[in-house]
Amino acid sequence: MNARQQGVVRLFRPWPLGLAASWWGDPRLRGVLIQVLLGAAVLWLVGWLAGNAIDNLARGSITTGFGFLSRPANFEIGECLVPCSAADSYARAFLVGLLNTLKVGVAGLVLATVLGTVIGVARLSGNWLAARLAAVYIEAVRNVPLLLQLFLWYAVITESLPGPRQALAPLPGVFLSNRGLMLPVPASDPAWLAAGVALVAALVVAVVLTRYRTRRGEPAAGRRFRLWFPAPAAVGLVFGLPVVVWLAFGAPTAINVPHLAGFNFRGGVTLSPELLTLLLGLVIYTAAFIAEIVRSGILAVDRGQTEAARALGLSPGLILRLVVLPQALRLIVPPLTSQYLNLLKNSSLAVAIGYPDVVSVLDTTINQTGQAIEGVTMIMGVFLVISLSLSALMNWYNARIRLR
Amino acid sequence: MTSSPVHSLQDRPPVPGVGPLGWLRANLFNGWGNALLTLAILWGLVSVVPPLLRWGVFDSVVTGDAAACRAGDGACWAFIHEKLLFILFGTYPHDQLWRPGLVVLLFIGLFTASCDRRLWRRWLAPLWLAGIVAMGVLMWGGVFGLSAVEDGLWGGLPLTLGLATVGLVVAFPLSILLALGRRSTLPLVRGLSVAWIELIRGVPLISLLFMASVMLPLFLPAGVTVDKLLRAQVAFILFASAYLAEVVRGGLQAIAKGQEEAADALGLGYWQKMGRIILPQALALVIPPLVNTFIGFFKDTSLVLVIGLFDLLRTAKTSLSDPLWHGFYREAYLFIALIYFAFCFFFSRYSRWLEADLNRSRNH
Repeated sequence: MNARQQGVVRLFRPWPLGLAASWWGDPRLRGVLIQVLLGAAVLWLVGWLAGNAIDNLARGSITTGFGFLSRPANFEIGECLVPCSAADSYARAFLVGLLNTLKVGVAGLVLATVLGTVIGVARLSGNWLAARLAAVYIEAVRNVPLLLQLFLWYAVITESLPGPRQALAPLPGVFLSNRGLMLPVPASDPAWLAAGVALVAALVVAVVLTRYRTRRGEPAAGRRFRLWFPAPAAVGLVFGLPVVVWLAFGAPTAINVPHLAGFNFRGGVTLSPELLTLLLGLVIYTAAFIAEIVRSGILAVDRGQTEAARALGLSPGLILRLVVLPQALRLIVPPLTSQYLNLLKNSSLAVAIGYPDVVSVLDTTINQTGQAIEGVTMIMGVFLVISLSLSALMNWYNARIRLR
Repeated sequence: MTSSPVHSLQDRPPVPGVGPLGWLRANLFNGWGNALLTLAILWGLVSVVPPLLRWGVFDSVVTGDAAACRAGDGACWAFIHEKLLFILFGTYPHDQLWRPGLVVLLFIGLFTASCDRRLWRRWLAPLWLAGIVAMGVLMWGGVFGLSAVEDGLWGGLPLTLGLATVGLVVAFPLSILLALGRRSTLPLVRGLSVAWIELIRGVPLISLLFMASVMLPLFLPAGVTVDKLLRAQVAFILFASAYLAEVVRGGLQAIAKGQEEAADALGLGYWQKMGRIILPQALALVIPPLVNTFIGFFKDTSLVLVIGLFDLLRTAKTSLSDPLWHGFYREAYLFIALIYFAFCFFFSRYSRWLEADLNRSRNH
């Protein structure tokens, strides 16, 4: 046996003798021991905290549990999507707050995505001024705390905008004053509901048919199908069907326009200063982050892809839709998800400007009832459920658009 | 094509491709759409910038009292002049203001020094610890002949900087443990780490601050009270630990598997392997994203005003409630926005430069 073979033999001996003999040398046993110790420590900590909590609650004679939810809340909530009054229970106040959070969250997500995409594309624009302006916007907005921006917008709206009598009217029927933004809405009529349902149905049908068409990757099948369901037909269906339904219901044209009555506006729909502030702040702030994501996603698509598509004779619109965007989306969706989650979590800053979202309703509840543990648990539970469902949705979407 | 290319070349004047005119053509007026966009933006700038300059610079009142401000049309920088010490340092005793002032300078000095890669040595960590202890001594006092100042009186910039920095310094070791735990093969260790990280990342910072301010006292033995500042700091550390852990995990994932296998083959134990082989490489990789995370924490400290601490935003907001100086919110918010911007912009630029610099030195 030469020296080299001896070295190999020594390398493959499983454990140095002294270590193998001691129990500490066995990784599996060591792992079990570490976990037992960690588990015991965590259990002890939880037990100690719970014991303290039970003592403290008994001393303060606070009854634990969620029984307080059925008691009357006795506080007014400024904005309700469902009918509400101060006589309602804490449970209903919680529901109202939750709906307010979802309202600002959904509107914020849509608007921030649109604004962010526009700014992200502008940042890459061939127009030097537009690109510079977008860069200045992004840097100015990203580097200042959101809460500070919210306070600034709130002060602008409530202190610097004129009163209802001198309200600004940027568009006919739209009024902006220190009482918020007033928008005209169609007067309530069953036709609008039916048209809405028709719009959703048309969207579903159009998406399904378009997907069926593109799923058939084979040129012949695709072309045959395209003959009787081309893209203009999809657009026509989505826009046409609601109009037809609306006409069928008698084409109501009455519009509920806000008008001055006394010291405030009546009619139309009102976005309160608080809602307007929160929406404005969240959208402006999140759009700056989304813009950077969109920009880096588009930049990451290889130049050769665009050039090859151009060489094939695709129009700029088709290049964007069929070549650049599908590839950019793959890079954009994961960081976009975390920005969406940030927007939803940041909507909890409502509590600082007095918009009755779920956090501020529960904060009032905690102050009135002293049910701190339940209140904070509910806040965390709500956001955990929202975060987990949104990440599940985005992960599903991400799995669909990934390379197969 | 009816005309020959040679002909069409001759009957048009040459298009300038260089010089200012060529630049304008290439960047602002290439095509109808772009020309219209350029004109629209120019019109917007012309209608916004001059009034803004008039308000902020030419018509502004720099010194004087509230009456002088109300008489003019411009910004009232005299308000900032009047409230400067309160906005920057909160309710800290007036005759001791040199102490928070020195603390802010120390912070800036330490940050600036830490940005220089030549100073990234082993003694930088003890230096930071010594710096933080020195700042604590300066703020609290009670020793070396400094009068004691309770932390309920702290406020403004030192509080904002302190919350963010101490949060980062304490959360960082914790986050390394969490990141390692998340990649551990032991199911209980991994499960607890994942639960901790995802729970904290799934809820807003405000709920953690609420937890620290209204729930924490319930979970401590009777008679034990933790003051408000420390509770906020604890919430902040918990928050930071989860976010930093994900950053560190990103670095751990970027290390080639061969490194770990090589360490195993050498017979290194877990802590030796991590401490000497994996972590030094992983942490060097994540310095730029760490700086970006720190920028986020710095901005997020503004949320502590919700539980009643006097950070920079709160002092500015409070200065507005002086009935003599009511209504100068633009000046106050712009001023502190500039402070936040200066810090965050500097760090984000630095992080970008550092990333490029590190990439360059790695490739050589």
